[in-house]
Amino acid sequence: MTTPYQQPPQPQTPQQSPQWQGGPSAGYTSPIPVRRAHLGDALASEWTKLRSVRSTMWTLGVMIVLMLGIGLLTALVISTVSSEPEIPSGQEVLSLGFFGVLLGSMCVITLGVLTIASEYGTGMIRTTLTACPSRGRVLVAKSLVFFLLVFVISMVITMTVSALQLSILGAQSPDGGAWLRATAGVSLYLATLGLLSLAIGTLIRHSAGAITIMIGVVLLPLVLAMFMFSDSLTALREFMFDYSIPNQMAAFYSDSIRVSGPSGWEPLWILLGVTAVAMVAAFFSLDKRDV
Amino acid sequence: MIEVHGLTKRFGRTVAVDQLSFQVRPGVVTGFLGPNGAGKSTTMRMMLDLDNPTSGSVRIDGRHYRELAEPLKHIGALLEARAMHGGRTAYNNLLCLAQSNRIPASRVTEVLDMVGLSAVAKKKPKGFSLGMGQRLGIASALLGDPEILMFDEPVNGLDPEGIHWVRNLMKALAREGRTVFVSSHLMSEMALTADHLIVIGQGRLLANTSMADFIQENSRSYARLRSPERARLEEALRDEGFTVVEAEGGLLEVDGASTEELGELAARHGIVLHELSSERASLEEAFMRMTAESVEYHAHAGPRWGMDQPGEDRRGEGV
Repeated sequence: MTTPYQQPPQPQTPQQSPQWQGGPSAGYTSPIPVRRAHLGDALASEWTKLRSVRSTMWTLGVMIVLMLGIGLLTALVISTVSSEPEIPSGQEVLSLGFFGVLLGSMCVITLGVLTIASEYGTGMIRTTLTACPSRGRVLVAKSLVFFLLVFVISMVITMTVSALQLSILGAQSPDGGAWLRATAGVSLYLATLGLLSLAIGTLIRHSAGAITIMIGVVLLPLVLAMFMFSDSLTALREFMFDYSIPNQMAAFYSDSIRVSGPSGWEPLWILLGVTAVAMVAAFFSLDKRDV
Repeated sequence: MIEVHGLTKRFGRTVAVDQLSFQVRPGVVTGFLGPNGAGKSTTMRMMLDLDNPTSGSVRIDGRHYRELAEPLKHIGALLEARAMHGGRTAYNNLLCLAQSNRIPASRVTEVLDMVGLSAVAKKKPKGFSLGMGQRLGIASALLGDPEILMFDEPVNGLDPEGIHWVRNLMKALAREGRTVFVSSHLMSEMALTADHLIVIGQGRLLANTSMADFIQENSRSYARLRSPERARLEEALRDEGFTVVEAEGGLLEVDGASTEELGELAARHGIVLHELSSERASLEEAFMRMTAESVEYHAHAGPRWGMDQPGEDRRGEGV
């Protein structure tokens, strides 16, 4: 051993315990080989964690039911009540998916927060970090596994719902760009929103607190904007309304370039930027703070 | 081998751990003893790189914890009984740990068997008793078959059979040449398992000695006398130069005297004795005397037992 703090060896006094005499001074060597663990091992570990708790099944199950159920229900209701002979455009039909996605986002937020905050609640985080002391690797592995899981599920559901809605209402298929935004765009946005929740969960370290904050982030700007009657607040109200998360989500279903607020793929870039900042903060918090 | 050098941890203005330096050697069970709030858990958390030291350092086999390639194969730790997700089965709790350090899944079954939890491998720890939770924690420490093992209060919540099992396990692990570091606030427990003793109080190192030396230095032997003619006996003893302490129940205690000489003395003076026995102060008492000044949470009602009142808690265990 070569360490700067080599103290003079202390004489080992003979043991008086009757059970055993002295001890071998050579260390123990395990037959299990030691190699350098990498991100892949951390990913496998995080995947096991995510799939082996019931809260994952519950939150994702509720999300699937909400997105599928609400999507199909709105399509069915419109097809039965609609008295107008004209068939709605493909773009209009796609936008029916919005309500399901907005409610489903609550499940994504919950799961994102729980992915890390539940470890603080149970004390598991200490075990996790002794097994993998690289905070960065733990955070990246958790984020990657969670992001991919949410993205894949959302992608499958949004595509299924859109296809079913179009066939129920007999609308023409919209152009590829609109399709892509209503499926891949929305799914990426949902998964990124989950990542933001994961980052907030890392910073707050408390499930209920972090979930409350995230629900506030999603809903509060919209609700507040509704109550800003004063003229002097008009600009702020418009801004909060345009950039509120529900409105950003709705932008994925909108065809036209809007006068104000994000449109096209812009909401995704905005959210990615915010999430990146939160993730950096989460990493420093994980790295510097005591567990 | 664990080396702790000048380890200090401050929380605001309170100093939880103060300039601790010691080494934990392989092949023996090292007891880490201190009253509640002495800084044992904080020290152990810093050893595992969970808390950042204010100053000082810890080296595991000469390296910083974060430099260990697959930490579970170097060091296994039982930190608290419930450092697991209650809703994930015992098997899966260990599996995710094994995967992060590339430990084969077969090893999970092996350690569950080793701690006697095979039957509840597919059950969730939230339904476990404190003792079962403790066993699961020990299984996670053994997972990587590590050279160094750290146990924070391992016998907490265990039944007598479980306590016996943990003691034997720790001794067996040390006999295999591993470094075994066990914290406890019970001297009597340490006396049964530890070969080496590190005592701290209010974050400061109070003793770093072998168990044998500690026993020799700290267990005071004394004789106990009971007589219907107590006043005469006391006077006779004082006259002969013995230090006499009046204990409860009309007993007299004499330090450092053999029962032979006291019996002969009584006979010479014609004093009737109803009791004459030799006793040894318990290690628990020695430990309390050592840490008395540094105990953070005193019960304020009544005198501090075992300190100012000799004879109150002398059970004559002696070990």
